Amino acid sequence: MNFVTPDFMLAMPEIFLLSMICIIMIIDLFLKDESRGATYVLSLIALIATAFLAFSNYTDQSLSTFNGSFILDPMASLLKISICIIVTGVFIYAKDYLKDRNIYKGEYFTLGLFGVLGMMVMVSAGNFLTVYLGLELLSLSMYAMIAMQRDSIMASEAAMKYFILGAIASGMLLYGMSMVYGVTGSLDLATINKAVSGADRVVMSFGLVFIILGVAFKLGAVPFHMWMPDVYHGSPTSVTLYIASAPKIAAFAMMYRLLEGGLADMHADWQMILVILSVLSMVFGNIVAIAQTNIKRMLAYSTISHVGFILMGFVAGTQAGYGAAMFYAIVYTIMSVAAFGMIVLLSRAGFEAENIEDFKGLNHKSPWFAFVMMAIMFSMAGVPPFLGFWAKIAVLQEAVNSGLLWLAIVGVVASVIGAFYYLRVIKVVYFDKPTDETPLQASMDIRLTLSLNGLAILALGLYPTALITLCVSTFT
Amino acid sequence: MFSNLPLLSLVIWTPIVGGMLVLATGSRNGVEAKVLALLVSLATLALSIPLYTQFDVSLASMQFEELIPWISSFHINYHIGVDGISMPLILLTTFMTVIVIIAGWEVITYKVAQYMAAFLILEGLMIGTFAAMDAMLFYVFWEALLIPMFVIIGIWGGPNRVYATIKFFLYTFLGSVFMLVSLLYMYMHAVDVNGVGTFNIQDLHKLPLDLIPQIFIFLSFLLAFAVKVPMWPVHTWLPDAHVEAPTGGSVILAAIMLKLGGYGFLRFSLPITPDASMTLDWLVILLSLIAIVYIGFVALVQADMKKLIAYSSISHMGFVTLGFFLLWKITENTGSTSGVILGLEGGIVQMISHGFISGAMFLCVGVLYDRMHSRMIKDYGGVVNTMPAFATFAVFFAMANAGLPGTSGFVGEFMVIMAAFKANFWYAFLAAITLILGAAYTLWMIKRVVFGPIANEQVENLEDMNGREFFMMLVLAIAVLIVGLYPAPLLEVMHATVDNLVAHISIPKISQ
Repeated sequence: MNFVTPDFMLAMPEIFLLSMICIIMIIDLFLKDESRGATYVLSLIALIATAFLAFSNYTDQSLSTFNGSFILDPMASLLKISICIIVTGVFIYAKDYLKDRNIYKGEYFTLGLFGVLGMMVMVSAGNFLTVYLGLELLSLSMYAMIAMQRDSIMASEAAMKYFILGAIASGMLLYGMSMVYGVTGSLDLATINKAVSGADRVVMSFGLVFIILGVAFKLGAVPFHMWMPDVYHGSPTSVTLYIASAPKIAAFAMMYRLLEGGLADMHADWQMILVILSVLSMVFGNIVAIAQTNIKRMLAYSTISHVGFILMGFVAGTQAGYGAAMFYAIVYTIMSVAAFGMIVLLSRAGFEAENIEDFKGLNHKSPWFAFVMMAIMFSMAGVPPFLGFWAKIAVLQEAVNSGLLWLAIVGVVASVIGAFYYLRVIKVVYFDKPTDETPLQASMDIRLTLSLNGLAILALGLYPTALITLCVSTFT
Repeated sequence: MFSNLPLLSLVIWTPIVGGMLVLATGSRNGVEAKVLALLVSLATLALSIPLYTQFDVSLASMQFEELIPWISSFHINYHIGVDGISMPLILLTTFMTVIVIIAGWEVITYKVAQYMAAFLILEGLMIGTFAAMDAMLFYVFWEALLIPMFVIIGIWGGPNRVYATIKFFLYTFLGSVFMLVSLLYMYMHAVDVNGVGTFNIQDLHKLPLDLIPQIFIFLSFLLAFAVKVPMWPVHTWLPDAHVEAPTGGSVILAAIMLKLGGYGFLRFSLPITPDASMTLDWLVILLSLIAIVYIGFVALVQADMKKLIAYSSISHMGFVTLGFFLLWKITENTGSTSGVILGLEGGIVQMISHGFISGAMFLCVGVLYDRMHSRMIKDYGGVVNTMPAFATFAVFFAMANAGLPGTSGFVGEFMVIMAAFKANFWYAFLAAITLILGAAYTLWMIKRVVFGPIANEQVENLEDMNGREFFMMLVLAIAVLIVGLYPAPLLEVMHATVDNLVAHISIPKISQ
């Protein structure tokens, strides 16, 4: 048996990140609480350097290494860069929040970075095992991050719920994978893809259903969404920020790798399932969000509806459709991280700006951040000229192109229903008088990042060409 | 001298950028904000005048065209231009915005900078909607202008403002999303037909479509534009929005935003789906006649002045849609297209005229409201005794609203009624009822508010209009008289375009 050295260069960003995490963990061990800032800065440096490595690693072909279990293609590079940038934002938003609540520990950052590593592995996975490896690395990091605030009953409950449900979903996913393995005799996605046409359809269909179930759980599509409101609500906002943003990109990538990379021939089978998930998510998410008074829960349901839109782009099963879905996923994370960033901005020691009521009269305290909040909400509602509008256009266009006109109509009606609860937030921000006069206490770096984030939503909305072209060209 | 300037873009973006500058002043007392806003609006008005003076009336094609690729992967372009239909509406917009800025001068004391900025940004977006030659660009402007209006009603509105503004937003949003799906469908259809998708409105005009898709597209357009116009039975947001909006908001809403719906019919419904329009013209005519007659009666019984004028707006906009869709009934009845042009041009003149008159009427109510803080007719009476100058203008605009010959209100209504006669006697008969009804509800309101003995102490202590208010009224009165006495320049501008439109519509799109 001859041993061929795999091409490590393709996995350079991951290898670098892993080494950095180990270094940061060791350094953090010797740091006193007051110098915890070093961990924070090092984490940011690690993320930015990883993003840079992923950028320099860019190739317009699809290369694989480690016997096909690791794929580097344009999509992988683009998503890795997005994940690193988004998590950089998450860490910046989270810092002060953690400080004010005495959970400013190195673990938040190292676990977060491990999660990033997991996501990057998912994005590049070319094998059932790497998919699962990445997924579990991400999930375990998130369980621990949620539970970090030990004294909080809410957080413990959220972590427990997420852990149990997540474990069941992982089990389902593995079960599905084992069926596919049983039929095709391979764990390698490319090999499976070739074997699908000659395989036993019944067992394959069962396998497919369980795999989709696992993916849908990670995305949070109805009816596998139950964990999201509770986990978003129960977690400290600093962790909700994390859960609600980058992992959705990774979940999209996982869906792409498994369904397009491995089971493309079963498109007709999974298309119908995804259409149902998409419709349920859009309608259910938007309707239930109306009843929420807690803004984190509201955003959780809003996420569910956005997932429906991501799926709408995906069902087309064409390259343009994946491009649109990916564009939507990236846009969603930009908006989501900004929305939770706003919650962090308004929170302060001993006060969680968790209820929609807490945003009352923001226009009095800070017209600028009121505007940012308005931009985020209108963007999520899909009102031009903000970024979210173009994401909706892209996926609706793909739904129309693939002959699913009715799905597009369901989508736009759902987005009108959704507009109501976004408008209610804007109403609170602009039309209501503030209940307390405490000025905003957020530090400069949060203000600056959030301003940039808000401006990005507006500027990319005015000129979305670059981002759209990038996403579309990734798949052609 | 300025021939190579992107004039139209300047007209669109000056108010938007100016609005952001006004926001940036963020001043406490708002003097800087007010002065800056006035300067920006005047500059925009000045910039828009060359659109008229340099406009070539003999051309039916787009003028002042600009085309910059915007989102290449969807073939969306920043493509703008004006023709004889949109140019007068753009001038109306720039003109009315100056009036509105002046109208808010002393009245608005809360967040002045934001108020002024909202109107300036709204102005730019409305001009952009009129000028857009790319359907997606049109949609972006069309939806984006909901945002400033939502804020205007919500922040500076009356007690029930939140309900009114959310209703306004959701109503319009629901109306437009179906139009979006239609646009996407046509883009895909263009890929099938021409091999390349397009959102260019002029290309969509030429896009062949079968009758069934045309009907669905027509209905989606109808929903979008009918909500905006608004037509019966989707008009219910308008009275609420008008009643709650601040005076400036009401003026812009009535004078310009309603016109967007009418403009949409001309730009989208008629030329893109001519055959469906022909098949379903009875529907629009029916809804228009219901609006004209039934809403006229509804206006009669209103106790709130703003609500009365809001209903009167719906009734008058009924003339606009009636004029637009008489086309096929006229050709069927007379066999010629001469009356067709009368109907279309009458509708457009009615839009312009209604812009001046309804704006002026809302300003009149605003003048009273600022002094008495009531819009109820019963709280007034005998205003003429204490406010003679105001009473003069109020009576004048009321007459114009009722369609008195010599005022702009007469021209449009008369043209549409003439066209209706050529189509069907009963259409004309029903439409003409409004002349009586309109006179009834407007003059009855004037009688109860302006004339008679002084009703109470508050009325006795009223002060007449100051110079600022007098100026606004005077300018609007002059505009109403000019259009009423000498509408020829206005008609001349739109002739070529309307001729071209009629020629285009009369060619069926269905492949036989």
